[in-house]
Amino acid sequence: MQKFPCPFCGPRADREFRYGGDAGKQRPARDCSDAEWARYRFQRSNTRGVTRELWLHADGCGRWIEIGRDTTTHVVIATRPLSP
Amino acid sequence: MSGPIRVDVDGGSFGNEIDRRQRLDFTFDGQPLSGFAGDTVASALLANGVRIVGRSFKYHRPRGIFTAGGEEPNAIVDLRHAQRHDPNARATLEPLQQGMVIRSTHARGTAQRDTFSFLDRFSRFIPAGFYYKTLMWPRFRLYEGMIRALAGIGRVDATSRAPRSLQQFLNVDLCVIGGGPAGITAALAAADSGRDVLLVDDHAHLGGSLRWRNAQVDGLPGIDWATAREAQLHTAGVRIMVRTTAVGIYDHNAIVLVEKGCTPARSANGECLWQVRAQSIVLASGAIERPLLFENNDRPGVMLADAVLRYLRAYAVRCGERVVVATSNDSAYELASALNDVGACSAVVDSRDHSELADDARAAGIEVHLGDSIDSVLGRTRVERVRMASGATLEADLVAVSGGWTPLIHLYCHARGKPRWDESIGALVPGTDATALKVVGAASGARTLDETLEQATLAVGGTPSSESRPPSGSDYWGGTPNITVASGKRRVWVDLQHDVTTKDIELAVRENFASVEHLKRYTTLGMATDQGKTSNVNGLAILAAQTGRDIGAVGVTTFRPPFVPVSMATIAAGNLGELQAPVRRLAAENVHREEGAYFREYGDLLRPAWYGPDASAIARECHSARNGVAVFDASSLGKIDVIGPQAARLLDFIFYTRMSTLAPGRLRYGLALAESGAIFDDGVVLRIAPEHFVVSCSSGHVAAMVAHLEEWRQDRFDLAKVFIHDASAHWATLAISGPHSKRVVASLELGVPLDDEPLPHMAARIGTFGGHPARIARVSFTGERCYEISAPSQLAAGLWRLARASGAEPIGVEALGVLRAEKGYIFVGQDTDSETMPHDLGIGGPRDNRSSAYVGDRSLFTPFAKRKGRKQLVGIAAAGEQPIPIGAHAVARANGKLRSIGYVTSSCWSPALSRPVALGLVEDGRRRLGEVLQFEHLGTRFTGTLVESCFLDPAGARLHA
Repeated sequence: MQKFPCPFCGPRADREFRYGGDAGKQRPARDCSDAEWARYRFQRSNTRGVTRELWLHADGCGRWIEIGRDTTTHVVIATRPLSP
Repeated sequence: MSGPIRVDVDGGSFGNEIDRRQRLDFTFDGQPLSGFAGDTVASALLANGVRIVGRSFKYHRPRGIFTAGGEEPNAIVDLRHAQRHDPNARATLEPLQQGMVIRSTHARGTAQRDTFSFLDRFSRFIPAGFYYKTLMWPRFRLYEGMIRALAGIGRVDATSRAPRSLQQFLNVDLCVIGGGPAGITAALAAADSGRDVLLVDDHAHLGGSLRWRNAQVDGLPGIDWATAREAQLHTAGVRIMVRTTAVGIYDHNAIVLVEKGCTPARSANGECLWQVRAQSIVLASGAIERPLLFENNDRPGVMLADAVLRYLRAYAVRCGERVVVATSNDSAYELASALNDVGACSAVVDSRDHSELADDARAAGIEVHLGDSIDSVLGRTRVERVRMASGATLEADLVAVSGGWTPLIHLYCHARGKPRWDESIGALVPGTDATALKVVGAASGARTLDETLEQATLAVGGTPSSESRPPSGSDYWGGTPNITVASGKRRVWVDLQHDVTTKDIELAVRENFASVEHLKRYTTLGMATDQGKTSNVNGLAILAAQTGRDIGAVGVTTFRPPFVPVSMATIAAGNLGELQAPVRRLAAENVHREEGAYFREYGDLLRPAWYGPDASAIARECHSARNGVAVFDASSLGKIDVIGPQAARLLDFIFYTRMSTLAPGRLRYGLALAESGAIFDDGVVLRIAPEHFVVSCSSGHVAAMVAHLEEWRQDRFDLAKVFIHDASAHWATLAISGPHSKRVVASLELGVPLDDEPLPHMAARIGTFGGHPARIARVSFTGERCYEISAPSQLAAGLWRLARASGAEPIGVEALGVLRAEKGYIFVGQDTDSETMPHDLGIGGPRDNRSSAYVGDRSLFTPFAKRKGRKQLVGIAAAGEQPIPIGAHAVARANGKLRSIGYVTSSCWSPALSRPVALGLVEDGRRRLGEVLQFEHLGTRFTGTLVESCFLDPAGARLHA
């Protein structure tokens, strides 16, 4: 029951959002190695502490949001749209 | 049961909760009784002299009402009222209502006469954890049914439907939990400073203990002060919710409340679940009294002293006529005095050697035994006498006990607060103020009312009005429980609801379950629906004494939500039936009903399966599509507009097949992959104009496809240059197919040429229907010549009727499933699984040739994607007349063992070919074409030959017929 400040809609309940994994991942090009592709597909940072995550405001504006969040205290540090 | 025991004395100072002019009738175990408006179920039962309200969990011992609040361990009743049935209602919190039907729980027969009460005599053989040790052989399952019948509390009525209840949401600046003196003071101070305040209390009126305890606040009697302040709260705009329990605090100050006593018009089960978000929270939940430990302390007629006082003053119920008040502190003397005034006080037994209040009590004529305590209660189903440690006995019909006080800090712990043991008052209190929530008053261990009021004002940033007076000298809290009980053969109850005795704790410690968490799980102490609110501290004290530690070192188990049990119906609220999972409907549903359609749910879509009384219609419908003309309502297909200068680039990235090379006015079939390389969906893309595409995806995947498009659009594209609009519900689509389809479509007068030359297969034109634009696309899922006509959905019924009038026969989803299977056209998710990649379907072109990036591209080149033995799509020609069931496994013998090498994904009788056809995913299926395989399904063997997946018209000549 966290509260996320959507940059477009303001503070909203987390039930309106859908989790989308770690933020900041770069999609490798086709000529990458199997290991690199596997890292992109499967590796999760699972950080204890401050993380950057992607969330979709699915039941709101429909925008993907990057949220900086502390996984131990659930304090939201910053949010910004995925796409400028 | 005795006669009426409502107190009726001059001055009307008793019974401020009840309205004696309004009588409410109810029944208990079939017996008609009555109470008053304002009564709780518990106060009404006590007023009718009902002593035994249930039987205990394990030993079926008689039990009576023990408390007057949410901590009640015994009075769990089965309650029916209007549409509501609650098999585990807490009698102390339930407002009495006219016509309630109340039954005791967990008794075979009635609470008064329970045929299972013999179990108590075998208690020696069923100590804590007995079933772990004794019911192991041969297996627990054999005993489980018997144990379930003997144990447990209420019984769910499997035939009853959960009534629809209500869920509401609220945002406030400040939520104050608890409407006693602390909560009132905090709420008023915050409202005065302009904040939007919510004040909740679980009883019917504000005031908390001021409503039944003597106190002077700001020069007024407590109850008058509370009444005056309540008026001020209303004026200040504070939202007051009574009969409302805060059951949990979650992240970011989310608070869940359960409101009781709602009118049936608001909520059919009388409850409303509130989700509140507050900027800040003040917890003023007060404290509850602790029991004392002595032999048979679970007898009906042993009650908490404060509850006895509350029933007397607030509900005018005298719970006993000869009451012994047993205490370890000063708080119970007020009860002794109040009972004395109505002639019901027998004696006070105070375990301390000295108390100033004892002298006052003696002066008032009350018999006080200092330095003594109760040793045991005598009487089999009720209190008859008590024996004191000194050996003397006292006549009594009620024992009111006070073993000190326990601050209610559960909600503080929900908010991640860590409690600490305060030796000076013998209680767990909030530790450092590490959370966003402030705890005030008795819940924080405040010593006096003055301290409480000062804390409450400070907590909301106010300035205390009155100068602090020095704390009075009274020893209200009582200190650490004094554990002197050596059990021997005696049975002393710690946890009333789960029947845990001091002996069970001793046994656990002997067997080295000496950590507090192990103790809880081994003995189930504190695990009942009351979560051990009255038993935890005594349990900890015994554990501490047994292990030679102090309570602070023993620690506590974690308090988790909910604070009191919440019924699942209340949590579900309106999310039942169709509101929980709404079906989507076709715009022309009523027309299909007129046609005699048999409806089925396909995913969340309600669609005609066939038209006619039974499934024999399917073959007839297939026949009309192959030999005449058929109309199918395909309105649920996706129609997603992708618009803008980067639309073609986005679709190139989303689809395995490039879409930027598509000419305007043409259609292309495409697969969309997930990043895993697996097929995510298939569909047909229409390019209407250079910068306008329409993605027509599968009916069940529309929402997912829109989300998929959006995700990549926002990740990789300029939002100003490509836009996605889900217009699926705006368009109805009819597919008119069959050798005579052109004639029917021509009669619709859509204003477009229909011949192959201007409008070939996989081409589209914009026409008009009824003055509105209509799209006419040559695309086929039946293998026949087919026109898909999309028009605004309000025209669906008219279009359908016109097509029918021109001779098109209706076909449903089942017939379409047969027609497409004959052609080997796949359903994504049925004929593919989460590993199926496009090259497994034989569509390897883009994988081999495309250099531009697309979703899932790299995954098609991993060792997993390239390995031999991947499951590939094949047709299966069954031997004989019998179709092989869907889900049957193809089996092969390897190293002497049978192994599954694939399975059947679609299978049906083909009316056109007069034999069964099937599709399947089989390892190396393409290489095995022509092989005869064995199939197994639930023990039955089938034989089939692997063939090409297209059974009918492989050249596609019929598309142009």
